[in-house]
Amino acid sequence: MPRLLFEKTGNAVWISHLDLMRLFQRAFQRAKLPLKHSQGFNPRPYVAVALPLSVGVESVCELLDFDLDGASVPDDEIRDSLNRVLVDGVRVLDVYEDGQKIKNLALLDCVLTLEYDRGVPEGTAEAVEALFARPSLPVMKKSKNGPVEQDIIPMIRQLRVDQNDGHTVTLEARVCCQNPSLNPMQLAAAVDKYLPEFRPDFVKSRRVALYDAQGNIFR
Amino acid sequence: MTELLKRILPTVQKPARYTGGEFNEIKKDLASVRVRVAFCFPDTYEIGMSNLGMRILYGVMNEMDGVWCERVFTPWADMEQAMVENHLPLWALESQDPVKDFDMIAFTIGYEMCYTNILNMLRLAGLPLHSRDRNDLKNIVFAGGVCAYNPEPLADFIDFFSLGEGEEITVEIVSLYDRAKAEGWTKEAFLLEVAKIPGVYVPSFYRHEYAEDGTLARIVPLVEGVPTKFTKRIVEDLDKAYWPTKMIVPSTEIVHDRANLEVFRGCIRGCRFCQAGFSCRPVRRKSAKVLFDQAVETMEDSGHNELTLSSLSTSDFRGLKELTDDLIPYCADHKINLSVPSLRADNFSRDLMERLQTVRKSGLTFAPEAGTQRLRDVINKNLTEEEILTTCANAFSGGWNNVKLYFMLGLPTETDEDVLGIADLVYKVIKTWQANAVNKKRGLRVHVATAFFVPKPHTPFQWEKQITPEEYLRRCRLLKSHFYSKSITYDYHGPDLSRLEAVFARGDRRVGPVIEEAMNRGAKLDGWDEFFNYSYWVDAFDACGVDMEYYTTRGFGEDELLPWDPMDVGVTKRFLQLERKRAYEAKVTPDCREGCAGCGANCLLKEVDCDA
Repeated sequence: MPRLLFEKTGNAVWISHLDLMRLFQRAFQRAKLPLKHSQGFNPRPYVAVALPLSVGVESVCELLDFDLDGASVPDDEIRDSLNRVLVDGVRVLDVYEDGQKIKNLALLDCVLTLEYDRGVPEGTAEAVEALFARPSLPVMKKSKNGPVEQDIIPMIRQLRVDQNDGHTVTLEARVCCQNPSLNPMQLAAAVDKYLPEFRPDFVKSRRVALYDAQGNIFR
Repeated sequence: MTELLKRILPTVQKPARYTGGEFNEIKKDLASVRVRVAFCFPDTYEIGMSNLGMRILYGVMNEMDGVWCERVFTPWADMEQAMVENHLPLWALESQDPVKDFDMIAFTIGYEMCYTNILNMLRLAGLPLHSRDRNDLKNIVFAGGVCAYNPEPLADFIDFFSLGEGEEITVEIVSLYDRAKAEGWTKEAFLLEVAKIPGVYVPSFYRHEYAEDGTLARIVPLVEGVPTKFTKRIVEDLDKAYWPTKMIVPSTEIVHDRANLEVFRGCIRGCRFCQAGFSCRPVRRKSAKVLFDQAVETMEDSGHNELTLSSLSTSDFRGLKELTDDLIPYCADHKINLSVPSLRADNFSRDLMERLQTVRKSGLTFAPEAGTQRLRDVINKNLTEEEILTTCANAFSGGWNNVKLYFMLGLPTETDEDVLGIADLVYKVIKTWQANAVNKKRGLRVHVATAFFVPKPHTPFQWEKQITPEEYLRRCRLLKSHFYSKSITYDYHGPDLSRLEAVFARGDRRVGPVIEEAMNRGAKLDGWDEFFNYSYWVDAFDACGVDMEYYTTRGFGEDELLPWDPMDVGVTKRFLQLERKRAYEAKVTPDCREGCAGCGANCLLKEVDCDA
């Protein structure tokens, strides 16, 4: 089954996961690339996004599996035809066959930007670095059965803290994204909880790369 | 988009409705734009983007050279709160610029209970609510849509109204503004000139005077030479009319999340309670060939997987067979779900429904509106019990087991016998199911809903009394006590909203302050159950010293000057009076195709004949 790698940036970050699936279904239709439909009482065009992205989060490494009905179309042509009819912010970067099995997807790289409107307080980067060096870091997480506490440390593989300018601190992290998975915004939640004096005014999140369990780029 | 908005968006529900950026959204280079129009829909994005009229006029205005029309919707309460807390003024989706930066601010008004949203949007935009407090040509506020057929409740707030179908008149208005802006006219000068465009009504040019008993006595023109009658505009040849084949495809789910093709305009039926049935006349055809081409173009461009054919009564569309013969195979090939609502219970429609069932089985819905044949004759709803039961029998034997039946309570001449007639009809439907159902194990669901009758302007019932809310509820309870079967689900609309609808549908200028007062007290999004709060309204009427009963239970005299009398929708007042008389005699008026009843709307046509 073919797969496409796409980015979701700018205005498009506000499109929810379900709306994004509909958006792609329509884009395929507009591009005259008929999708295979599911069987059954209420046939639906088949598209599947690997890791649903939270609303408001940017990404340059989204994966979408699809299956075309009818004659095969060259991968580059699929990419270009889709890009002609997609919305600003959603852009197909690559189309390829024989993507890896989604179950082997294990890690992702993310960048959190902590914004401080009145300037970054003295010692923020050091304090954040020290926080994630702790042996355990329980943070509340929403689950189906209400909030549960989750230790995020075992799910963080790498982490780097930088102060780029007077107003922002970035957190670059490689975290688990499947079985178990860590929502990168939980890193910001940990800062909020344990370092209230360094609580940022706003946090932006961006997903930058996907890996398998061995740390090889996942395609 | 501002950094501020970016920070607000994660905190509100469904942020995508505030960002714009959808497929086919129109952006223009400001350097080449002379007139900026903020096209405001006084309800949420999901409702507004489902409105066909708005999509047409958005296209019409953006086709104009030098004009950029952008969309504005009512923010949901969470966004409104964030906007107020952060001093973020209302913005338009395309450019994300504040509404206050726009030359013209247009509203399309389809429902009385969105009046507070209009005022609230002006307030959130940071504009003075009252027309008299906005002194410049810039930010001129105008409005159209069905509610403009009785514009008086909004007379204090809207600078001018545009009556009827907007395809042509909107271009004339915006072109005139273009010239006025270039030549540096005052607002007053522009209003004087725009008033000369047929179909434009400038309320500030007239004073309404009331008699001792409170009725409207005189409408006095304050400016020499201004018209005293305002005739709605129509498009005569729909085949040649602008049709937006490149429609915006929302990136978030809306109420009618599908392509929509209007198959004709007007209605031949003449149900006496129905405002659209009279005010949308005369009947104008659109050819099946043009429609098919537009359908294909729209579907290919939008990528939608559902297409709906819309009109007031699609079974009455002459080209229905030809169009569906072409569309059904096209839709099947492209896996498009074709839906055809507003079908009558006739043989062709039954056959068509069967053919449409290739994809999905939807529910079966009837709107008999009244429980007895006598009352159905009074309201001229030409739907017989036999038609309902025959259609039900066919549907049940075809495996359907779900029926919805819609009625009104409080119709003129209604008695308890008519109310119980509803129960009787529902039992006949159940019996029909028992006799015809192929799989009784699945059970039958009959949803019955009653609405509270609202007399509307420009209908034969425009003079009628609305019954009291207490009496309406008594009739609801009476009906409920006669439903014994477990198959029946009965819902009745609360009377409060319908009572207010009745006030504003037939309101005059004295209810304007009530709208403002209610909004100031917190009324907003009144069409939404989660926000509608009747107490704001009761308090507002009290505070303004306006009596709701005057507009509801009092009824209007046939010799009375009605606030909407100057608005001419084509149908004559004499015809409405005649129809009212026939209603009281329980006399049916045959549909326009059986014989022209002489409503007068054909006088609006110059190039083509009425297609009834």
